[in-house]
Amino acid sequence: MSYADDHHHEHDDHAPKSWFYRYVWSQDHKVIAVQYASIAILVGLIGLVLSNLMRLQIGYPGQFEFINAERYYQYVTMHGMIMVIYLLTALFLGGFGNYLIPLMIGARDMVFPYMNMLSVWVYFLSVLILLASFFIPGGPTGGGWTLYPPAVILPGTPGHDGGIILMLVSLVVFIVATTMGGLNYVTTVLQARCRGMTLMRMPLSVWGIFVATILALLAFPALFVSGVMMLLDETAGTSFFMPALVSMGQVTDYKGGSPLLFQHLFWFFGHPEVYIVALPAFGLVSDLISVHARKAIFGYRTMVWAIVIIGGLSFVVWAHHMFVAGMNPWFGFFFATSTLIIAVPTAIKVYNWALTLWRGDIHMTVPMLFALAFLMTFVLGGLTGLFLGNVSVDIPLSGTYFVVAHFHMVMGVAPLLVVFGAIYHWYPKIFGRMLNDTIGMWHFWITFLGTYVIYFPMHYLGVLGMPRRYHHYTDYQFIPPSAHVLNELITIAALIVGAAQLLFVFNLVWSLKHGRVANSNPWRAASLEWFTPHSPPHHGNWGATLPTVHRWAYAYSVPGAKEDFIAQNAPAADGGQEPSQDHEPRQVPA
Amino acid sequence: MSIAGTLPLNDRPAPAAIGLWVFIGVASALFGLFLAAYAMRMDQAPDWTRLALPWQLWLSTALLVAGSVLLSQAASGSSRSTLIGAGVCAVAFVISQFWAWQALADARVSFTGNPAASFFYLLTAMHGLHVAGGLIAWARVLRRPARERVALLARYWHFLLALWLVLFAALGWLTPQIVAFICGRGWA
Amino acid sequence: MAIAIALVVLVLGSVLFHIFTPWWLPPLASNWKTMDDTLFITVVITGLFFVVISLFVAYTLWRFRHREGSRAAYEPDNHRLERRLIVITSVGIAALLAPGLWVYADYVSPPSEAMTLEVLGQQWRWRFRFPGPDGQLGGSDARFVSGANPFGLDPSDTRGADDILVDDNEVRLPLNRPVNVVLRSHDVLHDFYVPHFRSRMNIVPGQVSSFWFTPTKAGRYEALCAQLCGVGHPDMRGFVRVEEGAAFDTWLAAQPTFAGLRAAAAAPAAASADPATVGRTLAQSKGCTACHSVDGAPSVGPTWKGLFGKQENLEGGGTVHVDEAFLRTFIRNPQSRDIKGFPNVMPAVPVTDAELDALVAYIQALR
Repeated sequence: MSYADDHHHEHDDHAPKSWFYRYVWSQDHKVIAVQYASIAILVGLIGLVLSNLMRLQIGYPGQFEFINAERYYQYVTMHGMIMVIYLLTALFLGGFGNYLIPLMIGARDMVFPYMNMLSVWVYFLSVLILLASFFIPGGPTGGGWTLYPPAVILPGTPGHDGGIILMLVSLVVFIVATTMGGLNYVTTVLQARCRGMTLMRMPLSVWGIFVATILALLAFPALFVSGVMMLLDETAGTSFFMPALVSMGQVTDYKGGSPLLFQHLFWFFGHPEVYIVALPAFGLVSDLISVHARKAIFGYRTMVWAIVIIGGLSFVVWAHHMFVAGMNPWFGFFFATSTLIIAVPTAIKVYNWALTLWRGDIHMTVPMLFALAFLMTFVLGGLTGLFLGNVSVDIPLSGTYFVVAHFHMVMGVAPLLVVFGAIYHWYPKIFGRMLNDTIGMWHFWITFLGTYVIYFPMHYLGVLGMPRRYHHYTDYQFIPPSAHVLNELITIAALIVGAAQLLFVFNLVWSLKHGRVANSNPWRAASLEWFTPHSPPHHGNWGATLPTVHRWAYAYSVPGAKEDFIAQNAPAADGGQEPSQDHEPRQVPA
Repeated sequence: MSIAGTLPLNDRPAPAAIGLWVFIGVASALFGLFLAAYAMRMDQAPDWTRLALPWQLWLSTALLVAGSVLLSQAASGSSRSTLIGAGVCAVAFVISQFWAWQALADARVSFTGNPAASFFYLLTAMHGLHVAGGLIAWARVLRRPARERVALLARYWHFLLALWLVLFAALGWLTPQIVAFICGRGWA
Repeated sequence: MAIAIALVVLVLGSVLFHIFTPWWLPPLASNWKTMDDTLFITVVITGLFFVVISLFVAYTLWRFRHREGSRAAYEPDNHRLERRLIVITSVGIAALLAPGLWVYADYVSPPSEAMTLEVLGQQWRWRFRFPGPDGQLGGSDARFVSGANPFGLDPSDTRGADDILVDDNEVRLPLNRPVNVVLRSHDVLHDFYVPHFRSRMNIVPGQVSSFWFTPTKAGRYEALCAQLCGVGHPDMRGFVRVEEGAAFDTWLAAQPTFAGLRAAAAAPAAASADPATVGRTLAQSKGCTACHSVDGAPSVGPTWKGLFGKQENLEGGGTVHVDEAFLRTFIRNPQSRDIKGFPNVMPAVPVTDAELDALVAYIQALR
C-alpha cells in the first residue's frame, strides 16, 4: 500500500530550477548541510593556521618577532573559539545533522525548511562578525576562549575595547542560528519519522545528534546570558561581573559584581558544549564501526541510554572547570563525584565499540581506520579527564599543559578523526563519487600518528608544572631545557600535521570531478539513507513514496540471510529485526 | 513517542506545535538562567537595594492578561477583530514598559548605578524582545489566519504572560533573605 | 594489519615513555604527598584500562580482520556481560574517587595553628602581607589603592597598623610551619602557583580565596601566575624562599609595617634628598616598577637601565631619541607613542612637575 504524503512536503517536480535557488538560497537540507560544512571547514583552516602560529612561538620563542604577547593571546583566543564553536559545533549539528537526519529517518526534509535555510546564513553572518575583529583597531580579543572578566574588558588584555564586543555579538548571532537549526533537528526527529521508524530503530548517528541538539538548546542560553551581561559591563558600565577594582593604576566605577558568576554561567554552557561535540561523534562512530565490521552495534539500547544519561549528567558537572577558581570549597566534593560518575556510561560505550569489533568481519577501509583511531585517542583523552575530574589531583594540574593536552586529545583529535571518517564514509552518498583512498591513507596516518606525538608527551609537561597560556617561559628555572626541546619537537609535528590537512581539502575538491564514480551503496550499509531512489538523492529524497522500515539499522551478518546486510526498508519477511525486549517477534502495524 | 513513528503522518501533532514547545523550553532555560544570575548577584552584593517598582508595571500586567484572554477567544473561533485586539494589547504592553522605564529614569534610577536596576532593565528588555518577536508572528498570522496558527499564537502569548508574572514577582519581591534561604543558609 | 601494529606500538611506546620520561612532578617541597600518591593511583588505574583496552582492540583487529569468506558473528547484545562491565567500571571509578575526596577533605580544612600569609596579585607583580603581632590582617579595599598605599589597606582599621608589608616579588616562609595563604587582587583574576608546593588557588578580585600547605624543604622556589591576566601574565614571576624559623623571624622583623610606612611618608622629605633618590621612591610608590625593571631584566615595559639616551624603535618604523623632553612628554601621555616590541598599555599616572623632575632624574641616573 503506498503511503500518502503530507501535502506540506515537496516532491521532485517542486524542486527549484534556477542555480541560485538550488545551491545558494536553498531550503534543501542537503544543500544547507554542505553550506554549513564548507563554512565550518574554511573557518577551521583559519583556526589551524592560528594554532601553527602559536606553536611557532612556543617552539621557537622570540624568533618570530611579530608574534608578540598581544598577538599570541589573540591567536590563542580566536583559535579556541573558532575550533570549539564555529567549527565543531556547526559541523556536527549543522553539517552532519542537516544532511543525515532526514535521510536516516525517512523524511523529505527538515520540518521548517525556511528557518533551516536562514540558520546557515545567520551562522555565516556570525563567522563574518567574528573574523571582522581581526581588522579593527586593537584587533580581536585576547582573553582566552573562556573570556573571563574582569581582565577581558580591561586594559592589559588585547581587544578589550573593540574585539571583545565583536566576539560577543558574533556569539549571540551564532546562538540565534543554532537555535533555529536546533528547533528543526529536534522537531524533525520527533515528528517526521517515516512509517516503522520508531525512536529505537533510529541509527545512533541520529541519537547522538538529537541528544546533542537538546543539550545545545538548553545550554547555549547560558552563554547568551553571560555574553549579554558582559556586553553591558563593557559598553554600558554595569557591574554584573565587575567588582570594585583598580585598572592600570586608575580606580574604576565598577563595584559589587562577581567574576565567579560569569564562570558559573559560562561553564554551565561550556561543559554541555563538549558533549554537544562528543555525542554526535559517539553516534557517528558507532555507525562507522558497525558498517565496516559488518556487525550490529553491540548493545544498541545501552548505547542509546548511555547517550541520554551522559547528556543529562553533563548539566551537573560544570564546576569541575572551577575547582581552583576560588568558589565555595564544598562544591568540589559534589562536582568531583558527578564528574567521575559520568565516566561510567562513557566507559560502557567504549566497551561496546570494542565488543562490536569482536567477532566482526573487519574491513580496514579509510572510514574504519579513522573510527579505530578515534577509539584509541578517545580512551586516552577520556582517561586523562579522570585526573582532572578528581578534585585533589586537579589542583596541581589545573592551568597547566596537562589540561591543554587532555582537551585537545578528547575534543580536538578524537571527534575530528570521526569527522574525517564520516566524511570519507558519506561522501559517495553526498556527491556520487568516492574520495581517493591513497590520499585518504596518507591523510589518516600522518594525522593519527602526528596528533599522538603532539599531545601524548604534552601531558608530561603539564605534570612538570608548565603553565598554559604563557607567551614565553624565559627565565623560569624549574623548567629544564629538555622541556623546551620537547616543545620544539611538538611544534614540528604540529606543522606537519597542519600541512597534511591540505591533503584532505585537496581530496575533497579533486574527487568532486575526478573521484571514482560510486554506486548507490558502496559500503553495503543497511541504514535507510543509502536506499534513496537516486544517489545522490534528489530534492525530496524519496521520490513519490516515503519509505516504510521493518527493522533497525543494524541488520548485519544476520544468520541465514543471503547477504551480510539487510536494508532497513527491505520487506519484513526478509528478517533481521532488532532484538526485542520481551523475546517476542516484533509486530509492525500494517 | 515511539508510536509516532508508526502513526500515519496526518494523525501526528503538527510540527509547528512541537517546534513551539521546544522554543518555549529554550526561552524558559534562558530566563531561568537570567533569574539564577539575578539571585546570585543579589547574594553577592553586600548592600543590595531593592527597586520600588513603578505602578506602570501593573498596567503592563493587565495588558498582557487582556491579550491572552483575547487570543484565547480568537483561537476558539471568534472574529478577526479579537485577533487584532490581542495584538494591540501587546503593542500597548511594550509602550507601558517604556513608560515604566521612563518613570524609573525620572526617579534617577540609572542602568549602571544599582545592580537591581541593571537587572530590571535587562530582564524587562529581554522579555520585551520576546513580545516583539511574538508581534512579528502575530502580523504573519493576521495575513493568513488559520485555526491552528492562532492556537499556537495563543499558546505563546500565555507563555509570555506566565514568564512576565515570574519576572515581575522576582523583581518585586525576591530578597537577599529569600535567596540565602534557598541556598541553605537558614532564615536571617 | 598496520593499524593493529600501530596500536601496539603506540601503547608500548606510551608505557616506555612514561617509565623513562624526564618530565614529571617537580620535587615535592610541601606536606601534600597525598596529592602525589593519589596521582600515582590514578596513573596506575587509568594506565591499566588504557593498556588493556588498546591491546584488546589491537588483538581483535588482527584476529577478526576481513578475509575471503569470513563472516561476522551475530551478537547484538549480552546483558550479563554489560552488567559485569558496569560493575567493574564503577569499582574502578570509586577506587579513584575515594582517595581523591579524602585528600580534598584535608585540603579544605587548614589547621588551626596555621600562620597567615596574604598574597596580593596585581597586573603584573606580587606583593605580600603578614599579620603583625595582633595576628589579624587589617581591612583592605580597592578604593584605598593609591601610589602611596599599593596594598589598598584601610587606614582607619587599627588591626592593619602592625601588618608587615613585603613590597617585593619575593616572600619568605619558615620551614615546617603550616601556612594559610590568603589571596586577594584589586584588578583581575590571578593564581599563585608554586609547582613544588602543589597547592594553589585562583585569586578573585572582590573576594578572598585561600589554600594551605606546610613547606617541608628549604629552598628558593619560583611562583607563577597561573590564570591568564593580560599580556604581562608570563612576566609575573615570584619567589618563595623557605628557611629555618630563626632566619625567617630575623627577616620578618626587618620588614616595614603599614603604620611605619605611613609615618615615613608623612615625614617631610630629607633636606639633602637629591632628585634621583626621590625618583627612586616614587618609581616604587607610583607603581612604575610593576612594569619597568631597573636592572635590565625584560618586563612588560622597557627596562630603565640604559634607557636614557637610547634610540628607541617605534612601532611602524622610525626611531626616537630618549632624552629628557621625550620622557617628560611620554610619562604624562603614554599613548602618544607606540614603542616597538611592547604592548601599548601604560596608564597615565598623574605626576606633579616636581615628581616628574625626580623620575626623569632617576631614569637618567640608571644609564
